Amino acid sequence: MTTHSEVAKGDSVHRGNPVTVDRYSAAARVNHWITAISLVLLALSGLALFHPSLYFLTGLFGGGALARIIHPFIGVVLLLSFLGLFFRFWKLNLWERTDNVWLGRLKDVLTKNDEKLPEVGKYNAGQKMVFWSMSLIIVILAASGVVIWQQFFSEYFTVDQQRVAVLIHAIVAIVAICVWIVHVYAAIWVRGTIGAMTRGRVTGGWAWRHHRRWLRELVSDKSKGKPKGVTPAE
Amino acid sequence: MFPPIQNPTTEAVPPKFGEADLLRRSASTITPPAERQTEVAKLIDVSKCIGCKACQSACLEWNELVEEVGINTGVYDNPHDLTPNTWTLMRFTEFENTETGNLEWLIRKDGCMHCEDPGCLKACPAPGAIVQYTNGIVDFVHENCIGCGYCVKGCPFNIPRISKVDHKAYKCSLCVDRVAVGQGPACAKACPTQAIVFGTKEEMKQYAATRIEDLKSRGYANAGLYDPPGVGGTHVMYVLHHNDRPEIYAGLANNPRISPMVEAWKGLTKYAGLTAIGAFAAFGFLHHLVSGANRVSSADEEAAKRLAEGERT
Ligand code: HEM
Ligand code: SF4
Repeated sequence: MTTHSEVAKGDSVHRGNPVTVDRYSAAARVNHWITAISLVLLALSGLALFHPSLYFLTGLFGGGALARIIHPFIGVVLLLSFLGLFFRFWKLNLWERTDNVWLGRLKDVLTKNDEKLPEVGKYNAGQKMVFWSMSLIIVILAASGVVIWQQFFSEYFTVDQQRVAVLIHAIVAIVAICVWIVHVYAAIWVRGTIGAMTRGRVTGGWAWRHHRRWLRELVSDKSKGKPKGVTPAE
Repeated sequence: MFPPIQNPTTEAVPPKFGEADLLRRSASTITPPAERQTEVAKLIDVSKCIGCKACQSACLEWNELVEEVGINTGVYDNPHDLTPNTWTLMRFTEFENTETGNLEWLIRKDGCMHCEDPGCLKACPAPGAIVQYTNGIVDFVHENCIGCGYCVKGCPFNIPRISKVDHKAYKCSLCVDRVAVGQGPACAKACPTQAIVFGTKEEMKQYAATRIEDLKSRGYANAGLYDPPGVGGTHVMYVLHHNDRPEIYAGLANNPRISPMVEAWKGLTKYAGLTAIGAFAAFGFLHHLVSGANRVSSADEEAAKRLAEGERT
Protein backbone atom coordinates (compact mmCIF):
# COMPACT_ATOMS: atom_id res chain seq x y z
CA MET A 1 0.00 0.00 0.00
CA THR A 2 2.72 2.41 0.91
CA THR A 3 5.02 3.31 -1.89
CA HIS A 4 7.58 5.39 -0.04
CA SER A 5 10.37 3.95 2.08
CA GLU A 6 10.03 3.70 5.83
CA VAL A 7 13.75 3.19 6.18
CA ALA A 8 16.28 5.86 7.07
CA LYS A 9 19.92 5.87 6.08
CA GLY A 10 21.89 3.62 8.39
CA ASP A 11 18.95 1.47 9.52
CA SER A 12 19.81 -2.18 9.18
CA VAL A 13 19.04 -5.64 10.54
CA HIS A 14 21.61 -8.00 12.03
CA ARG A 15 20.89 -11.70 12.34
CA GLY A 16 21.61 -13.25 15.70
CA ASN A 17 20.02 -14.17 18.92
CA PRO A 18 18.17 -11.97 19.30
CA VAL A 19 18.04 -10.21 15.98
CA THR A 20 19.18 -6.62 16.42
CA VAL A 21 18.21 -3.60 14.36
CA ASP A 22 20.21 -0.39 14.00
CA ARG A 23 17.77 2.49 14.50
CA TYR A 24 19.80 5.64 15.15
CA SER A 25 23.29 6.64 14.04
CA ALA A 26 25.74 8.04 16.58
CA ALA A 27 25.27 11.51 15.14
CA ALA A 28 21.49 11.30 15.49
CA ARG A 29 21.84 10.14 19.08
CA VAL A 30 24.23 12.95 20.02
CA ASN A 31 21.87 15.39 18.34
CA HIS A 32 18.95 13.93 20.28
CA TRP A 33 20.68 14.13 23.66
CA ILE A 34 21.81 17.72 23.17
CA THR A 35 18.18 18.54 22.43
CA ALA A 36 16.92 16.52 25.38
CA ILE A 37 19.34 18.02 27.88
CA SER A 38 18.62 21.54 26.63
CA LEU A 39 14.89 20.98 26.92
CA VAL A 40 15.16 19.67 30.47
CA LEU A 41 17.39 22.55 31.53
CA LEU A 42 15.00 25.02 29.89
CA ALA A 43 12.03 23.47 31.63
CA LEU A 44 13.78 23.58 35.00
CA SER A 45 15.04 27.15 34.70
CA GLY A 46 11.74 28.30 33.21
CA LEU A 47 9.57 26.61 35.83
CA ALA A 48 11.70 28.26 38.51
CA LEU A 49 10.40 31.62 37.34
CA PHE A 50 6.95 30.32 36.49
CA HIS A 51 5.80 29.62 40.02
CA PRO A 52 7.15 30.77 43.39
CA SER A 53 6.92 27.24 44.78
CA LEU A 54 9.48 26.19 42.17
CA TYR A 55 11.85 29.12 42.62
CA PHE A 56 14.23 26.83 44.53
CA LEU A 57 15.09 25.29 41.13
CA THR A 58 17.19 28.39 40.45
CA GLY A 59 19.64 26.78 42.89
CA LEU A 60 20.54 24.30 40.13
CA PHE A 61 21.80 27.18 38.04
CA GLY A 62 23.61 29.11 40.75
CA GLY A 63 20.82 31.48 41.73
CA GLY A 64 17.95 33.45 40.26
CA ALA A 65 19.99 35.87 38.18
CA LEU A 66 22.07 33.09 36.62
CA ALA A 67 18.99 31.02 35.85
CA ARG A 68 17.45 34.07 34.20
CA ILE A 69 20.60 34.74 32.18
CA ILE A 70 21.28 31.19 31.08
CA HIS A 71 17.74 30.18 30.10
CA PRO A 72 17.49 32.03 26.77
CA PHE A 73 20.98 30.98 25.74
CA ILE A 74 20.05 27.33 26.28
CA GLY A 75 16.99 28.20 24.23
CA VAL A 76 19.22 29.09 21.30
CA VAL A 77 21.07 25.77 21.67
CA LEU A 78 17.74 23.95 21.75
CA LEU A 79 16.47 25.70 18.66
CA LEU A 80 19.59 24.92 16.62
CA SER A 81 19.82 21.38 17.91
CA PHE A 82 16.14 20.68 17.27
CA LEU A 83 16.56 22.03 13.75
CA GLY A 84 19.09 19.23 13.25
CA LEU A 85 16.61 16.64 14.51
CA PHE A 86 13.90 18.14 12.37
CA PHE A 87 15.83 17.68 9.15
CA ARG A 88 16.87 14.18 10.15
CA PHE A 89 13.40 12.97 11.03
CA TRP A 90 10.74 15.01 9.23
CA LYS A 91 10.31 12.77 6.24
CA LEU A 92 9.44 9.59 8.10
CA ASN A 93 7.12 11.60 10.31
CA LEU A 94 4.84 12.64 7.46
CA TRP A 95 1.27 11.74 8.27
CA GLU A 96 -0.34 8.77 6.54
CA ARG A 97 -3.81 7.30 6.39
CA THR A 98 -2.85 4.35 8.60
CA ASP A 99 -1.88 6.82 11.32
CA ASN A 100 -5.54 7.72 11.66
CA VAL A 101 -6.39 4.07 12.05
CA TRP A 102 -3.72 3.67 14.72
CA LEU A 103 -4.95 6.76 16.51
CA GLY A 104 -8.53 5.55 16.33
CA ARG A 105 -7.45 2.47 18.25
CA LEU A 106 -5.70 4.39 20.98
CA LYS A 107 -7.53 2.26 23.51
CA ASP A 108 -5.81 -0.82 22.12
CA VAL A 109 -2.51 1.03 22.24
CA LEU A 110 -2.95 1.80 25.90
CA THR A 111 -4.17 -1.67 26.77
CA LYS A 112 -1.26 -3.36 24.97
CA ASN A 113 -3.45 -4.99 22.31
CA ASP A 114 -0.65 -4.39 19.83
CA GLU A 115 -1.85 -7.14 17.50
CA LYS A 116 -5.03 -5.16 16.82
CA LEU A 117 -3.08 -2.20 15.49
CA PRO A 118 -2.10 -1.66 11.86
CA GLU A 119 1.53 -2.42 11.07
CA VAL A 120 3.60 0.66 11.77
CA GLY A 121 6.56 2.07 9.86
CA LYS A 122 9.52 3.72 11.56
CA TYR A 123 7.21 5.96 13.57
CA ASN A 124 3.73 5.44 14.94
CA ALA A 125 1.08 8.15 15.03
CA GLY A 126 1.90 9.03 18.64
CA GLN A 127 5.55 9.55 17.86
CA LYS A 128 4.60 11.64 14.85
CA MET A 129 2.36 13.82 16.95
CA VAL A 130 5.14 14.37 19.47
CA PHE A 131 7.45 15.27 16.60
CA TRP A 132 5.15 17.79 14.97
CA SER A 133 3.88 19.35 18.14
CA MET A 134 7.43 19.80 19.42
CA SER A 135 8.42 21.37 16.10
CA LEU A 136 5.65 23.90 16.40
CA ILE A 137 6.14 24.43 20.13
CA ILE A 138 9.84 25.13 19.85
CA VAL A 139 9.34 27.67 17.09
CA ILE A 140 6.70 29.47 19.18
CA LEU A 141 8.84 29.35 22.32
CA ALA A 142 11.86 30.69 20.48
CA ALA A 143 9.91 33.52 18.89
CA SER A 144 8.11 34.55 22.08
CA GLY A 145 11.30 34.01 24.07
CA VAL A 146 13.17 36.56 22.00
CA VAL A 147 10.45 39.15 22.62
CA ILE A 148 10.84 38.76 26.40
CA TRP A 149 14.64 38.53 26.34
CA GLN A 150 15.03 41.69 28.37
CA GLN A 151 18.77 42.07 28.22
CA PHE A 152 19.13 42.20 24.45
CA PHE A 153 15.77 42.70 22.83
CA SER A 154 13.61 44.80 25.16
CA GLU A 155 14.21 47.92 23.04
CA TYR A 156 12.72 46.32 19.96
CA PHE A 157 9.31 45.48 21.39
CA THR A 158 6.61 47.46 23.11
CA VAL A 159 5.61 46.51 26.63
CA ASP A 160 2.25 45.34 25.32
CA GLN A 161 3.94 43.02 22.85
CA GLN A 162 6.08 41.70 25.68
CA ARG A 163 2.97 41.03 27.77
CA VAL A 164 1.44 38.95 24.99
CA ALA A 165 4.74 37.15 24.42
CA VAL A 166 5.28 36.24 28.06
CA LEU A 167 1.74 34.85 28.32
CA ILE A 168 2.22 32.78 25.16
CA HIS A 169 5.65 31.63 26.30
CA ALA A 170 4.34 30.48 29.67
CA ILE A 171 1.33 28.63 28.21
CA VAL A 172 3.27 26.98 25.39
CA ALA A 173 6.06 26.00 27.79
CA ILE A 174 3.48 24.13 29.86
CA VAL A 175 2.26 22.37 26.72
CA ALA A 176 5.90 21.55 25.86
CA ILE A 177 6.44 19.99 29.27
CA CYS A 178 3.24 17.92 28.93
CA VAL A 179 4.31 16.68 25.49
CA TRP A 180 7.71 15.90 26.96
CA ILE A 181 6.07 13.84 29.72
CA VAL A 182 4.15 11.85 27.09
CA HIS A 183 7.36 11.33 25.10
CA VAL A 184 9.42 10.16 28.05
CA TYR A 185 6.62 8.04 29.46
CA ALA A 186 6.15 6.25 26.14
CA ALA A 187 9.87 5.53 25.96
CA ILE A 188 9.82 4.04 29.46
CA TRP A 189 6.54 2.16 29.18
CA VAL A 190 7.40 0.52 25.88
CA ARG A 191 10.32 -1.54 27.15
CA GLY A 192 13.31 -1.81 24.88
CA THR A 193 12.84 1.66 23.41
CA ILE A 194 15.47 3.57 25.33
CA GLY A 195 18.24 1.46 23.83
CA ALA A 196 17.37 3.03 20.48
CA MET A 197 18.67 6.36 21.75
CA THR A 198 21.47 5.04 23.94
CA ARG A 199 23.11 2.22 22.00
CA GLY A 200 21.33 3.10 18.78
CA ARG A 201 19.89 -0.41 18.52
CA VAL A 202 16.69 -2.25 19.27
CA THR A 203 15.94 -5.95 19.20
CA GLY A 204 14.22 -7.57 16.28
CA GLY A 205 11.36 -8.50 18.59
CA TRP A 206 10.84 -4.85 19.51
CA ALA A 207 10.78 -3.88 15.86
CA TRP A 208 8.43 -6.74 15.06
CA ARG A 209 6.06 -5.80 17.85
CA HIS A 210 5.99 -2.04 17.39
CA HIS A 211 7.30 -1.13 13.92
CA ARG A 212 6.66 -4.19 11.81
CA ARG A 213 6.39 -2.40 8.49
CA TRP A 214 9.78 -0.83 9.09
CA LEU A 215 11.30 -4.21 9.94
CA ARG A 216 9.73 -5.90 6.94
CA GLU A 217 11.12 -3.28 4.61
CA LEU A 218 14.57 -3.56 6.13
CA VAL A 219 14.55 -7.32 5.66
CA SER A 220 13.17 -7.22 2.12
CA ASP A 221 15.64 -4.48 1.10
CA LYS A 222 18.34 -6.96 1.92
CA SER A 223 16.78 -9.72 -0.12
CA LYS A 224 16.58 -7.30 -3.07
CA GLY A 225 20.30 -6.73 -2.61
CA LYS A 226 20.12 -3.09 -1.51
CA PRO A 227 23.01 -1.93 0.64
CA LYS A 228 20.94 -1.56 3.78
CA GLY A 229 19.39 -4.70 5.13
CA VAL A 230 20.35 -7.91 6.78
CA THR A 231 23.97 -8.57 7.65
CA PRO A 232 25.27 -11.39 9.81
CA ALA A 233 25.76 -10.44 13.43
CA GLU A 234 29.32 -9.48 14.14
CA MET B 1 -0.14 75.11 55.09
CA PHE B 2 2.98 73.00 55.01
CA PRO B 3 5.77 74.50 57.05
CA PRO B 4 9.18 73.21 55.95
CA ILE B 5 9.87 69.81 57.47
CA GLN B 6 12.43 70.16 60.24
CA ASN B 7 15.88 68.83 59.55
CA PRO B 8 16.39 65.49 61.23
CA THR B 9 18.36 65.14 64.43
CA THR B 10 21.87 63.87 64.06
CA GLU B 11 21.04 61.13 66.53
CA ALA B 12 20.34 57.69 65.11
CA VAL B 13 16.59 57.17 64.95
CA PRO B 14 15.14 53.68 64.87
CA PRO B 15 13.13 53.10 61.68
CA LYS B 16 9.37 53.39 62.10
CA PHE B 17 8.65 50.39 59.90
CA GLY B 18 10.50 47.43 58.47
CA GLU B 19 10.25 43.74 57.67
CA ALA B 20 7.40 43.30 60.15
CA ASP B 21 5.25 45.80 58.26
CA LEU B 22 5.00 44.11 54.88
CA LEU B 23 1.63 44.02 53.20
CA ARG B 24 2.91 42.10 50.20
CA ARG B 25 6.16 40.43 49.24
CA SER B 26 6.78 39.32 45.64
CA ALA B 27 6.58 35.56 44.95
CA SER B 28 5.96 34.88 48.63
CA THR B 29 3.01 34.12 50.83
CA ILE B 30 3.07 36.29 53.92
CA THR B 31 0.63 37.16 56.64
CA PRO B 32 0.42 40.93 56.87
CA PRO B 33 0.46 42.36 60.38
CA ALA B 34 -2.94 42.75 62.03
CA GLU B 35 -2.56 46.49 62.12
CA ARG B 36 -1.70 48.60 59.10
CA GLN B 37 0.53 51.64 59.42
CA THR B 38 -1.10 54.90 58.48
CA GLU B 39 -1.06 55.12 54.71
CA VAL B 40 1.22 57.79 53.37
CA ALA B 41 1.04 59.63 50.08
CA LYS B 42 2.90 62.12 47.97
CA LEU B 43 0.70 64.70 46.35
CA ILE B 44 1.92 66.38 43.18
CA ASP B 45 0.00 69.51 42.35
CA VAL B 46 0.68 69.88 38.65
CA SER B 47 -0.89 73.32 38.64
CA LYS B 48 1.78 74.62 41.01
CA CYS B 49 4.80 73.08 39.28
CA ILE B 50 7.17 75.55 37.60
CA GLY B 51 9.30 72.89 35.92
CA CYS B 52 12.53 73.78 37.72
CA LYS B 53 13.57 70.12 38.11
CA ALA B 54 14.78 70.69 41.66
CA CYS B 55 12.99 67.43 42.50
CA GLN B 56 14.97 65.58 39.83
CA SER B 57 18.22 66.93 41.23
CA ALA B 58 17.23 66.14 44.80
CA CYS B 59 16.34 62.59 43.77
CA LEU B 60 19.73 62.05 42.14
CA GLU B 61 21.45 63.59 45.11
CA TRP B 62 19.71 61.69 47.88
CA ASN B 63 19.78 58.35 46.10
CA GLU B 64 23.41 58.82 44.98
CA LEU B 65 22.54 58.44 41.32
CA VAL B 66 24.43 59.92 38.40
CA GLU B 67 22.73 60.50 35.08
CA GLU B 68 24.65 60.61 31.83
CA VAL B 69 24.99 63.93 30.07
CA GLY B 70 22.34 63.80 27.37
CA ILE B 71 21.52 65.47 24.08
CA ASN B 72 19.18 68.42 23.62
CA THR B 73 16.61 67.62 20.99
CA GLY B 74 14.67 70.83 21.45
CA VAL B 75 12.42 69.79 24.30
CA TYR B 76 12.71 70.48 28.00
CA ASP B 77 12.49 66.84 29.05
CA ASN B 78 15.91 65.93 30.33
CA PRO B 79 16.73 63.08 30.14
CA HIS B 80 14.18 62.01 27.55
CA ASP B 81 12.81 59.15 29.55
CA LEU B 82 13.01 57.53 32.95
CA THR B 83 16.22 55.55 33.28
CA PRO B 84 17.74 53.28 35.93
CA ASN B 85 19.20 56.47 37.41
CA THR B 86 16.38 58.91 36.75
CA TRP B 87 13.61 57.75 39.03
CA THR B 88 11.58 60.87 38.53
CA LEU B 89 11.26 62.96 35.41
CA MET B 90 9.55 66.22 34.53
CA ARG B 91 7.53 65.65 31.39
CA PHE B 92 6.59 68.82 29.52
CA THR B 93 3.56 69.10 27.26
CA GLU B 94 2.41 72.11 25.26
CA PHE B 95 -1.35 71.82 25.31
CA GLU B 96 -3.57 74.03 23.16
CA ASN B 97 -6.81 74.37 25.01
CA THR B 98 -9.41 74.78 22.28
CA GLU B 99 -12.06 75.87 24.78
CA THR B 100 -10.13 78.85 26.07
CA GLY B 101 -7.75 79.41 23.19
CA ASN B 102 -4.88 79.31 25.70
CA LEU B 103 -1.59 77.53 25.32
CA GLU B 104 -1.07 75.63 28.55
CA TRP B 105 2.29 74.32 29.59
CA LEU B 106 1.58 71.07 31.40
CA ILE B 107 4.42 69.79 33.49
CA ARG B 108 4.03 66.41 35.11
CA LYS B 109 6.51 64.83 37.45
CA ASP B 110 6.57 61.20 36.31
CA GLY B 111 7.69 58.32 38.49
CA CYS B 112 6.40 55.35 40.43
CA MET B 113 2.83 55.81 41.66
CA HIS B 114 3.18 53.34 44.55
CA CYS B 115 -0.01 51.54 43.59
CA GLU B 116 -2.16 49.96 46.27
CA ASP B 117 -2.38 46.95 43.91
CA PRO B 118 1.08 46.98 42.32
CA GLY B 119 1.38 45.21 38.98
CA CYS B 120 5.17 45.12 39.27
CA LEU B 121 4.95 43.09 42.45
CA LYS B 122 2.32 40.79 41.01
CA ALA B 123 4.53 40.00 38.01
CA CYS B 124 7.78 39.59 39.94
CA PRO B 125 9.03 35.95 40.10
CA ALA B 126 11.84 36.55 42.62
CA PRO B 127 10.87 36.17 46.29
CA GLY B 128 11.25 39.45 48.12
CA ALA B 129 12.58 41.48 45.18
CA ILE B 130 9.56 43.78 45.45
CA VAL B 131 7.88 44.56 48.75
CA GLN B 132 4.95 46.69 49.76
CA TYR B 133 4.84 48.15 53.23
CA THR B 134 1.57 48.56 55.06
CA ASN B 135 1.94 52.33 54.70
CA GLY B 136 1.67 51.88 50.93
CA ILE B 137 5.28 52.27 49.83
CA VAL B 138 6.35 49.84 47.08
CA ASP B 139 10.07 49.20 47.17
CA PHE B 140 12.48 47.20 45.01
CA VAL B 141 14.96 45.14 47.02
CA HIS B 142 17.95 44.96 44.74
CA GLU B 143 19.79 42.06 46.32
CA ASN B 144 16.81 39.85 45.49
CA CYS B 145 16.29 41.19 41.96
CA ILE B 146 17.24 38.82 39.13
CA GLY B 147 16.80 41.28 36.25
CA CYS B 148 14.11 39.40 34.31
CA GLY B 149 12.12 42.55 33.46
CA TYR B 150 8.79 41.07 34.52
CA CYS B 151 8.02 44.18 36.63
CA VAL B 152 8.17 46.24 33.43
CA LYS B 153 5.41 44.06 31.97
CA GLY B 154 3.39 44.22 35.17
CA CYS B 155 3.46 47.99 35.65
CA PRO B 156 0.51 49.89 34.15
CA PHE B 157 2.49 53.15 34.27
CA ASN B 158 5.65 52.01 32.45
CA ILE B 159 7.92 52.91 35.34
CA PRO B 160 10.60 50.31 36.17
CA ARG B 161 13.85 50.44 34.21
CA ILE B 162 16.46 47.69 34.02
CA SER B 163 20.06 48.76 34.42
CA LYS B 164 22.46 47.86 31.62
CA VAL B 165 25.20 47.83 34.25
CA ASP B 166 24.02 45.51 37.01
CA HIS B 167 20.84 44.23 35.25
CA LYS B 168 18.56 45.05 38.14
CA ALA B 169 15.30 46.99 38.16
CA TYR B 170 15.17 50.57 39.45
CA LYS B 171 12.42 53.04 40.26
CA CYS B 172 11.36 55.63 42.83
CA SER B 173 11.41 54.24 46.37
CA LEU B 174 9.32 57.12 47.74
CA CYS B 175 12.51 57.69 49.74
CA VAL B 176 11.57 54.76 51.94
CA ASP B 177 14.76 55.30 53.91
CA ARG B 178 13.83 58.90 54.69
CA VAL B 179 10.18 58.17 55.43
CA ALA B 180 11.24 55.42 57.85
CA VAL B 181 12.91 58.03 60.05
CA GLY B 182 10.14 60.59 59.82
CA GLN B 183 11.36 62.61 56.87
CA GLY B 184 9.53 63.34 53.64
CA PRO B 185 10.84 62.33 50.22
CA ALA B 186 13.82 64.30 48.90
CA CYS B 187 11.83 65.68 45.96
CA ALA B 188 9.14 67.09 48.26
CA LYS B 189 11.76 68.70 50.44
CA ALA B 190 13.44 70.36 47.47
CA CYS B 191 10.31 71.66 45.74
CA PRO B 192 10.36 75.49 45.97
CA THR B 193 6.63 75.94 45.31
CA GLN B 194 5.37 73.05 47.44
CA ALA B 195 3.90 71.53 44.33
CA ILE B 196 5.09 68.27 45.90
CA VAL B 197 3.89 67.61 49.41
CA PHE B 198 3.97 64.51 51.53
CA GLY B 199 1.92 63.24 54.45
CA THR B 200 -0.71 60.71 55.32
CA LYS B 201 -2.98 59.73 52.44
CA GLU B 202 -5.99 61.20 54.25
CA GLU B 203 -4.24 64.52 54.82
CA MET B 204 -3.17 64.65 51.22
CA LYS B 205 -6.70 64.00 49.98
CA GLN B 206 -8.05 66.74 52.20
CA TYR B 207 -5.38 69.18 51.09
CA ALA B 208 -5.99 68.23 47.45
CA ALA B 209 -9.66 69.04 47.91
CA THR B 210 -8.77 72.63 48.84
CA ARG B 211 -6.50 72.90 45.82
CA ILE B 212 -9.20 71.53 43.52
CA GLU B 213 -11.73 73.99 44.91
CA ASP B 214 -9.28 76.79 44.23
CA LEU B 215 -8.66 75.59 40.66
CA LYS B 216 -12.38 75.28 40.00
CA SER B 217 -12.89 78.84 41.19
CA ARG B 218 -10.32 79.88 38.59
CA GLY B 219 -12.23 78.29 35.73
CA TYR B 220 -10.77 74.77 35.69
CA ALA B 221 -14.14 73.07 35.92
CA ASN B 222 -12.64 69.60 35.52
CA ALA B 223 -9.91 69.97 38.09
CA GLY B 224 -9.62 66.86 40.22
CA LEU B 225 -7.56 64.35 42.12
CA TYR B 226 -5.81 61.55 40.23
CA ASP B 227 -5.97 58.54 42.53
CA PRO B 228 -6.93 55.84 40.03
CA PRO B 229 -9.27 53.18 41.48
CA GLY B 230 -8.25 50.63 38.82
CA VAL B 231 -5.06 49.95 40.77
CA GLY B 232 -6.74 50.36 44.16
CA GLY B 233 -5.63 53.98 44.39
CA THR B 234 -2.05 55.16 44.53
CA HIS B 235 0.32 56.56 47.12
CA VAL B 236 1.52 59.18 44.69
CA MET B 237 -1.40 61.32 43.57
CA TYR B 238 -1.76 64.25 41.22
CA VAL B 239 -3.89 67.34 41.32
CA LEU B 240 -4.74 67.87 37.65
CA HIS B 241 -6.46 70.90 36.16
CA HIS B 242 -7.92 68.60 33.51
CA ASN B 243 -8.67 65.48 35.49
CA ASP B 244 -11.14 64.40 32.80
CA ARG B 245 -8.26 63.96 30.37
CA PRO B 246 -5.17 62.68 32.23
CA GLU B 247 -3.66 61.47 28.93
CA ILE B 248 -2.87 65.05 27.86
CA TYR B 249 -0.26 65.14 30.63
CA ALA B 250 2.39 63.36 28.57
CA GLY B 251 0.28 60.24 28.30
CA LEU B 252 -0.70 59.75 31.93
CA ALA B 253 -2.80 56.57 31.95
CA ASN B 254 -6.54 57.15 31.82
CA ASN B 255 -8.12 54.60 34.14
CA PRO B 256 -5.03 52.41 34.52
CA ARG B 257 -5.25 48.82 35.64
CA ILE B 258 -3.01 45.81 35.59
CA SER B 259 -3.15 44.44 32.04
CA PRO B 260 -5.57 41.51 31.64
CA MET B 261 -2.68 39.77 29.91
CA VAL B 262 -0.64 39.99 33.09
CA GLU B 263 -3.62 38.91 35.20
CA ALA B 264 -4.07 35.84 32.99
CA TRP B 265 -0.35 35.05 33.07
CA LYS B 266 -0.04 35.36 36.82
CA GLY B 267 -3.48 33.94 37.61
CA LEU B 268 -5.11 31.19 35.60
CA THR B 269 -1.98 30.16 33.67
CA LYS B 270 -0.02 29.45 36.83
CA TYR B 271 -2.61 27.23 38.44
CA ALA B 272 -3.89 25.56 35.27
CA GLY B 273 -0.28 25.04 34.18
CA LEU B 274 0.87 23.24 37.29
CA THR B 275 -2.35 21.22 37.34
CA ALA B 276 -1.82 20.13 33.72
CA ILE B 277 1.76 19.03 34.38
CA GLY B 278 0.64 17.17 37.48
CA ALA B 279 -2.21 15.52 35.60
CA PHE B 280 0.04 14.28 32.79
CA ALA B 281 2.58 12.91 35.24
CA ALA B 282 -0.14 11.27 37.32
CA PHE B 283 -1.71 9.71 34.23
CA GLY B 284 1.61 8.15 33.28
CA PHE B 285 2.16 6.86 36.77
CA LEU B 286 -1.32 5.36 37.07
CA HIS B 287 -1.27 3.92 33.57
CA HIS B 288 1.94 2.11 34.31
CA LEU B 289 0.55 0.87 37.59
CA VAL B 290 -2.58 -0.49 35.94
CA SER B 291 -1.30 -1.78 32.63
CA GLY B 292 2.26 -2.70 33.50
CA ALA B 293 5.16 -2.37 31.09
CA ASN B 294 4.65 -3.09 27.41
CA ARG B 295 7.26 -5.83 27.02
CA VAL B 296 8.54 -7.55 23.92
CA SER B 297 7.65 -11.25 24.16
CA SER B 298 9.83 -14.15 23.18
CA ALA B 299 7.26 -14.85 20.47
CA ASP B 300 8.05 -11.39 19.04
CA GLU B 301 11.76 -12.19 19.03
CA GLU B 302 11.08 -15.54 17.36
CA ALA B 303 8.94 -13.90 14.71
CA ALA B 304 11.65 -11.35 14.00
CA LYS B 305 14.18 -14.12 13.73
CA ARG B 306 12.10 -16.07 11.26
CA LEU B 307 11.60 -12.92 9.22
CA ALA B 308 15.29 -12.08 9.22
CA GLU B 309 16.22 -15.66 8.34
CA GLY B 310 14.00 -15.31 5.32
CA GLU B 311 11.13 -17.56 6.33
CA ARG B 312 7.76 -16.26 5.37
CA THR B 313 5.51 -15.54 8.28
C1 HEM C 1 13.68 28.23 22.38
C2 HEM C 1 14.15 29.30 22.84
C3 HEM C 1 13.75 29.96 24.15
C4 HEM C 1 14.03 31.25 24.46
C5 HEM C 1 14.80 32.27 23.60
C6 HEM C 1 13.46 31.50 25.77
C7 HEM C 1 13.53 32.73 26.44
C8 HEM C 1 12.92 32.98 27.66
C9 HEM C 1 13.05 34.21 28.38
C10 HEM C 1 13.87 35.41 27.91
C11 HEM C 1 12.33 34.09 29.53
C12 HEM C 1 12.20 35.14 30.62
C13 HEM C 1 13.13 34.79 31.74
C14 HEM C 1 14.58 34.98 31.34
O1 HEM C 1 14.95 36.07 30.90
O2 HEM C 1 15.31 33.99 31.47
C15 HEM C 1 11.73 32.79 29.54
C16 HEM C 1 10.90 32.30 30.53
C17 HEM C 1 10.40 31.00 30.55
N1 HEM C 1 10.69 29.99 29.66
FE1 HEM C 1 11.75 30.19 27.96
N2 HEM C 1 12.86 30.37 26.23
C18 HEM C 1 13.02 29.39 25.27
C19 HEM C 1 12.59 28.06 25.35
C20 HEM C 1 11.88 27.52 26.41
C21 HEM C 1 11.49 26.11 26.54
C22 HEM C 1 11.79 25.04 25.55
C23 HEM C 1 10.79 26.01 27.72
C24 HEM C 1 10.14 24.81 28.38
C25 HEM C 1 10.29 23.60 28.11
C26 HEM C 1 10.74 27.33 28.30
C27 HEM C 1 10.09 27.61 29.47
C28 HEM C 1 10.01 28.85 30.06
C29 HEM C 1 9.23 29.14 31.22
C30 HEM C 1 8.32 28.15 31.99
C31 HEM C 1 9.47 30.49 31.52
C32 HEM C 1 8.86 31.26 32.69
C33 HEM C 1 7.59 31.92 32.22
C34 HEM C 1 6.95 32.60 33.38
O3 HEM C 1 7.65 33.24 34.16
O4 HEM C 1 5.73 32.49 33.51
N3 HEM C 1 11.41 28.23 27.50
N4 HEM C 1 12.11 32.12 28.39
S1 SF4 D 1 3.68 52.53 39.29
FE1 SF4 D 1 4.51 50.64 38.42
S2 SF4 D 1 6.43 50.33 39.52
FE2 SF4 D 1 5.21 51.81 40.74
S3 SF4 D 1 4.07 50.50 42.21
FE3 SF4 D 1 2.71 50.81 40.43
S4 SF4 D 1 3.18 48.98 39.20
FE4 SF4 D 1 4.87 49.15 40.63
